[in-house]
Amino acid sequence: MDWGLIFRSTGQAAIGPDACYYALAAAGLNVHIGYTGLLNFGQAAFGAAGAYGLAVAVVTYGVSFWAALFIGLLVSIVLALVLGFPTLRLRTDYLAIVTLAAAEIIRLVVRSVRYTATLGGTDGLQAFGDAFFRLNPFDGGSYTPLEFRPDQVWLLVCAWPLVVVVLLVTFLLMRSPWGRVVKAIREDEDAVRSLGKNTYWYKMQSLMLGGVFGALAGIVFAMSKQSVNPDDYGTRFTFTAVAVMILGGTARVVGPVVGSVIFIGVLQFLDVFLRQAIDAGLIPGWVPIDVNKVAIIRLIFVGATLVLLMIYRPQGILGDRREVAIRDR
Amino acid sequence: MTVDAPPSWATTIPHEPGVAKPDPILVVDGVNRRFGGLLAVDVGHLEVQRGAITALIGPNGAGKTTLFNLLTGFDNPDSGSWRFAERDLSGVPAHRVAHHGMVRTFQLTKSLALLTVMENMKLGATRQRGERFWGALLRPLWRGQEKEIEERADALLERFKLSHVRDEFAGALSGGQRKLLEMARALMVQPELVMLDEPMAGVNPALKQSLLSHVKQLRTEGMTVLFVEHDMDVVYDISDWVVVLAQGRVIAEGPPAAIGANPKVIDAYLGTHFAEGGGEALGELGPDERLEVDQVGLGEPLTPGGAADA
Ligand SMILES: Nc1ncnc2c1ncn2[C@@H]1O[C@H](COP(=O)(O)OP(=O)(O)O)[C@@H](O)[C@H]1O
Ligand SMILES: [Mg+2]
Repeated sequence: MDWGLIFRSTGQAAIGPDACYYALAAAGLNVHIGYTGLLNFGQAAFGAAGAYGLAVAVVTYGVSFWAALFIGLLVSIVLALVLGFPTLRLRTDYLAIVTLAAAEIIRLVVRSVRYTATLGGTDGLQAFGDAFFRLNPFDGGSYTPLEFRPDQVWLLVCAWPLVVVVLLVTFLLMRSPWGRVVKAIREDEDAVRSLGKNTYWYKMQSLMLGGVFGALAGIVFAMSKQSVNPDDYGTRFTFTAVAVMILGGTARVVGPVVGSVIFIGVLQFLDVFLRQAIDAGLIPGWVPIDVNKVAIIRLIFVGATLVLLMIYRPQGILGDRREVAIRDR
Repeated sequence: MTVDAPPSWATTIPHEPGVAKPDPILVVDGVNRRFGGLLAVDVGHLEVQRGAITALIGPNGAGKTTLFNLLTGFDNPDSGSWRFAERDLSGVPAHRVAHHGMVRTFQLTKSLALLTVMENMKLGATRQRGERFWGALLRPLWRGQEKEIEERADALLERFKLSHVRDEFAGALSGGQRKLLEMARALMVQPELVMLDEPMAGVNPALKQSLLSHVKQLRTEGMTVLFVEHDMDVVYDISDWVVVLAQGRVIAEGPPAAIGANPKVIDAYLGTHFAEGGGEALGELGPDERLEVDQVGLGEPLTPGGAADA
């Protein structure tokens, strides 16, 4: 067993691009679900909006990378308006259904043959981030004991501060009277309306804000792969982000980062650990685990852990048990 | 129980449905609301006197809550209009109604469980700069206003004897304390008219006395109160005027002393009593919220009927 490799690999994943964009996606969901009580089950759609907004603008329409970044964010805002307009007047379960369906519709449209010329179909779109990577000041040297490629280092050096900004914005908003209104809507929308707040508009603002965070997640994801593919933005994207949010602690400012680092770290740890254990012959023959099944088995493991978490620590890692108790009254 | 002498206007105007008041703050005209085949609200004309405490009573299912919902923009009537403080408020959405000085509470208390008592209070203040998205990010823009709001909230909490739970989650309060909080929070809006939907339901007798004195205090401060109540003791104690609703219509109006003797009122309560029987529709209503029609002049106490009331 190479423990050095196991820990290096775990650490690398924990601060790598996956942890970074899932933290962003979960930060968006935290605004929606955690603070406002908007059940968005289509965060993948916002991720796709950001990623495809960027990639299509650059690849198909030849827009500059920097302008295309804003187009990506703009697309997510438009998406929030389109999804929110008909649903935010209704009970929140309608939003859940609509967002879930919208994310799948968007994925299927994007991968359809008909729009291949514009959207890239199942092959996706590539080479939209060149302008960004040209600015990469890092050469092939190794900066840490971790083995990131130079372009990954460059991306991470830009993306993690972005996460900090996103959390800072969340913090500033949620300690403000705006945050108070939004949290009150989560508790009881009618009470807030009776006190003179336009709850519909607050919910729309929240949907847009969390959607923009989701778009940033999609953009970081796309940049880390240097490719966009429709199937990257399926339900797995959304539900991983939901799991990350719950793990970290719902309605906690830094919950998404804690959740993401731990979630992705544990996933990678299990992956490498199980492979090593199998190679070293530590798994007895009657246990049905082989190298080809590791990817799936670690997910089963993580799923079971989440179930246990919900039973024994429903507030997540950073949450406050008292709040759960009050909820259950 | 001491009953204050009725205000002079209440004794001089006729005691009949739809009667004009000398100084109405709220004037309702021809408001109808139908749920399928049921005409839940059918108010021809109703005026609410400014600066007075008006009780809205009526058997369960009479349409009291629905009328509240209509007047405050939480529901839309099939027809009709109403003016509040000389402004036409028909069709105005719920969130704008509060800005016109009209605020309501709910029959089922709506405390915001995971906000502290203080946060609940501060939410009630209107026109907060920090409630705008971009303004919220810059604390210096709203810090001063927030402090003023907090002082006002603290004064109200003091008055409602909630100061000691100021920083508790509202969800941790007792039912009665939540009723107090909901009323105090409504006052943060600085309304002209406070509409209370069964403010005493589920409140223990000690707290009830304190709630009663708070309601009277509102009148002293020049506010108008319209409240729904089942307990006739309470109605006698604090109201200047009583409006009786039955099957959506105003069937009687008058000062409390005149209402109990009105045969239409007795009929209305008896009708629902025999039609629907007893049975509590709401877990929140304790036995002491039962309507005691003894005071209305009948032999036996009645319970509110079993109609859905949420
Ligand atoms: N949303 C609704 N849909 C259908 N019927 C309703 C609705 N709200 C109230 N009702 C009916 O309208 C009538 C009046 O109800 P409500 O205003 O709650 O009475 P009250 O508050 O006087 O007890 C009742 O018969 C009730 O069942
Ligand atoms: Mg009612």
